[in-house]
Amino acid sequence: MPSSTIRNQAYGWLLLTPAAIFLIAFTHYPAIATLGQSFFSESTVIRPAEFVGLENYQIMLTDEVFWKVVRNNIWYAIGTIPASVALAMIMAIWVNGKLAGRGLVRMAYFTPTILPMIAVANIWLFFYTPDIGLIDQFLSMFGFSGRNWLGNPETVLSCIIVMTIWKEAGFFMIFYLAALQSISPELEEAARIEGAGRWYYFRRVTFPLIMPTTLFVLINAVINSFKLVDHLFILTKGGPDNASSLLLYYIYEVAFSFFDEAYAATLTVVLLVTLAIIAIGQFLLMDKRVHYR
Amino acid sequence: MSAIQLESIEKRWGKTIAVDNINLTAEEGRFLVLLGPSGCGKSTTLRIIAGLESPSKGRVWINGGDVTDRPSSDRHLSMVFQSYALFPHLNTEENILFGLKVRKVPAPERQQRLKKVADLVGLADYLDRKPSQLSGGQRQRVALARAVIAENPICLMDEPLSNLDAKLRHDMRVEIRSLQRQLGMTVVYVTHDQTEAMSMADKVILMRDGKIEQQDTPGNLYDSPASTFTARFIGTPPMNLLSMTSDARGVSIEGTDALVHSARPNSQLGIRPEHISLDSRSGIPATLVASDYLGADTIVTAVIGTQELMIRIPGRYELKGQEAVFLRWQPQFARLFDKESGLLIDDGPVLSAATG
Repeated sequence: MPSSTIRNQAYGWLLLTPAAIFLIAFTHYPAIATLGQSFFSESTVIRPAEFVGLENYQIMLTDEVFWKVVRNNIWYAIGTIPASVALAMIMAIWVNGKLAGRGLVRMAYFTPTILPMIAVANIWLFFYTPDIGLIDQFLSMFGFSGRNWLGNPETVLSCIIVMTIWKEAGFFMIFYLAALQSISPELEEAARIEGAGRWYYFRRVTFPLIMPTTLFVLINAVINSFKLVDHLFILTKGGPDNASSLLLYYIYEVAFSFFDEAYAATLTVVLLVTLAIIAIGQFLLMDKRVHYR
Repeated sequence: MSAIQLESIEKRWGKTIAVDNINLTAEEGRFLVLLGPSGCGKSTTLRIIAGLESPSKGRVWINGGDVTDRPSSDRHLSMVFQSYALFPHLNTEENILFGLKVRKVPAPERQQRLKKVADLVGLADYLDRKPSQLSGGQRQRVALARAVIAENPICLMDEPLSNLDAKLRHDMRVEIRSLQRQLGMTVVYVTHDQTEAMSMADKVILMRDGKIEQQDTPGNLYDSPASTFTARFIGTPPMNLLSMTSDARGVSIEGTDALVHSARPNSQLGIRPEHISLDSRSGIPATLVASDYLGADTIVTAVIGTQELMIRIPGRYELKGQEAVFLRWQPQFARLFDKESGLLIDDGPVLSAATG
């Protein structure tokens, strides 16, 4: 190998090093350490950690709270992902059009995304408060009596879902807006001359062309739906009776409220593997149908 | 019957006027070219015919019917865009058939028409390719095929060749022209390239600042420009314009003593480069300063007094430094334009040069 090539290689690696150090220290090493930890028992002052094999996983399979949290998370994903993605697409098409004051509308749609999670949760806490909250005050005008929206196991998860859709849709809209703006307006004109209606044009041209964005947004939405933790701190703390607890929040509780780090590590491994499988599956399943330019 | 007629068309955005009171007709089966520098309103005019823009004033007639308020799809026309506007996710076949599918033409007929058109434009081997896998010329053909397969009597083209290289552009010019003749289409073609206009058009409409400067056959436009704008826009190199001046002795070319008969004061004399010849003994004294050899001929730059002009000399002309010569031209080729308005002064031939 000529010396200039070696110098180039060294130069490249040196440039990558700072980012690599941080990635390894805070992402790769913890992930592998977590996997290792999940095969050991929890260490206490009197009993050091010892290798227990798959025992933690066996405990998990019999843990009722774990299964409840998984069920919650699946419902939460089903409730938030299609709705927020569809809403994002509709909003993006709407603000991509030639309407007056569209800059303002775009900003308004994006606002929920830039608000801090804690502030968002507090705003919605006010909406959902029984009797004096916005929703109950509004409903009382029509003669409905107040409900404890967040205190009722039947409604609490739906309340979290609605709030998440409100927050996520604006974020995904930005990606769709960018994708829509990259489509040449001449395509629409060409279709118009051929007599294609708006819906036909959307179905045959716009939708397939923004498919890469849809794939990207879907993967993000799935990951987000398993990542939610901050709202729950403010709104429900996972209650009542774990009715609104989600996987990551449960992991947090196990690790830092019950101090069972080994079991938390086990749950984390399961979460990571699940997310990886979903992401790979989405790519394999949808890649054939996605047109990349 | 005229296929397309524009009647007092005006298009303004706020205070800017893009198209200013345009009247034009496109005869059926003819090739009409809208020519002009960028920003002259030619594309806007085409888009108004297509129904992609609606005029601020005036009416659009197609085949005798007023279509001003009708959508594009009701106008029975096809359009080829500058960027081709091919759907990037569809292959050649799907791109060509897009319009037929929209109009729900039955599948057997679709395939029959596809085969005919694909053979016509030479795309039969590329039907399953996506636009990104095609060369510029092939993409251009797909766009043409999509316009042709609709079998509409009118086809609009917006600078369709501007993204191609020079060689391909020449081939496509010939191809488009023969396609138009073969199918008997009425074509309205927008370009800023006067070579395209001259070589393809039955009639050229030269536009400037939203107005029609002159409309005529390519030959008449070249031989009888109605203004200095036309004279300079048509032809490579353009027509030479020499300012005239007058004193007690008569009218002469500015900066020289060469008197010119029957020329008016305050005018410009226009003469095409190929109509000037060199003479060693008599004529207008000039100095040759530069030469540009093009193969079949040489463009020589000459200076008369302070004014430059171009001369086309057949074959190769070697210039060694500067050369003093005399220039001559035949009076019937010279044109006179008013210096202020730039319009043609039509009062007989201008004599070459008075040998005084």
